[in-house]
Amino acid sequence: MDATAAEMAFAFDARAVRRQALLWYAQRISAMVLAVCVVVHLAGIVYAVRGGLSAAEILGRTRGNWAFGAFYGVFVVAAAVHAPIGLANIVAEWRGGRGRAAAVAAQLLATLIVVLGLRAVWAVVAP
Amino acid sequence: MSDMLAVKVWRGRAEGAFAEYRVPRAASQTVLDVVTYIQRRVDPTLSYRFACRVGMCGSCAMTVNGVARWTCRTHVSTVAKGNALEIAPLANLPVIKDLVTDMRAFFDKWARAKGQFKGTATRHDEFPKISPQTGARKAANAGIECIGCGVCYASCDVVTWRPQFLGPAALNRAWTLVNDERDTQQRERLQAVAGDAGCHVCHTQGSCSERCPKKIEPTAGIAGLKRLAARAALRGEL
Repeated sequence: MDATAAEMAFAFDARAVRRQALLWYAQRISAMVLAVCVVVHLAGIVYAVRGGLSAAEILGRTRGNWAFGAFYGVFVVAAAVHAPIGLANIVAEWRGGRGRAAAVAAQLLATLIVVLGLRAVWAVVAP
Repeated sequence: MSDMLAVKVWRGRAEGAFAEYRVPRAASQTVLDVVTYIQRRVDPTLSYRFACRVGMCGSCAMTVNGVARWTCRTHVSTVAKGNALEIAPLANLPVIKDLVTDMRAFFDKWARAKGQFKGTATRHDEFPKISPQTGARKAANAGIECIGCGVCYASCDVVTWRPQFLGPAALNRAWTLVNDERDTQQRERLQAVAGDAGCHVCHTQGSCSERCPKKIEPTAGIAGLKRLAARAALRGEL
């Protein structure tokens, strides 16, 4: 790599830097939310399975339980924000740069997590 | 403890091999003493760097038994495996010859991270009064004693993986200046140290903090830069 090419490689891209800083922030905040959600989720599982577990028992607790729905709705959104940013970072690291394809794939993954996650929440909460 | 050390020393450039030397052990012997003994008594063609011998100049860092260290203040007794020592040049830098690396990339990155102080005061102005008690000044003081030895840079797996990464030392330098209220290029510096060549690719593995001979924690400074970059981006100032 000659000197010019080396300088070009370090050329400053203001938009990319700003995006990176904001993505880091989004991932950090979503991680804080997930930390709480995962603890509550695990505690909920331990509590719920004390007397065995059946579909009827689960649905009896969750149907019409909007607090449950709101909690898992937040959980799904936090996961949808957090995971695709991390996966895009891993792809960028392995490929040695950020491509448009990886960004699109990350956005698709986020959409997929939101749709599948909220659908699942709705399925157990809807009366 | 045997009274002779079996010392393997890297000879050559990127291509090369370890050569074995036998060096008498001595009380309070440092790894730099061992290298100096070899060059003065056994093989004068051995190349290595040192200057102050007392942990101030940052020129004698090498890889000792697989770990980057300042050799002038590393006692043989703390690192030798039995009587074996393996001494190689620092990792993540091109080898010029034997134990001497080309440190240009390392220092060029300090410049790219806007490691230069730029103020507005002249010699005719009063000295600014800065309380040593402020959080910013404490943060700057925590990182200011860097001697530029390159141990952190050689220990960083992210530098190995992504050669464009500015590395712990340059980012630590930027962090001390970010916390210097007299400095006037704060925005430019944050722009220079954020993103895919800067603080955001750090994995927070902490090898730099673990191995820094001056006990500086570049990992903490890098985390601070991430926070400041996020704050600036949210305000539209990045």
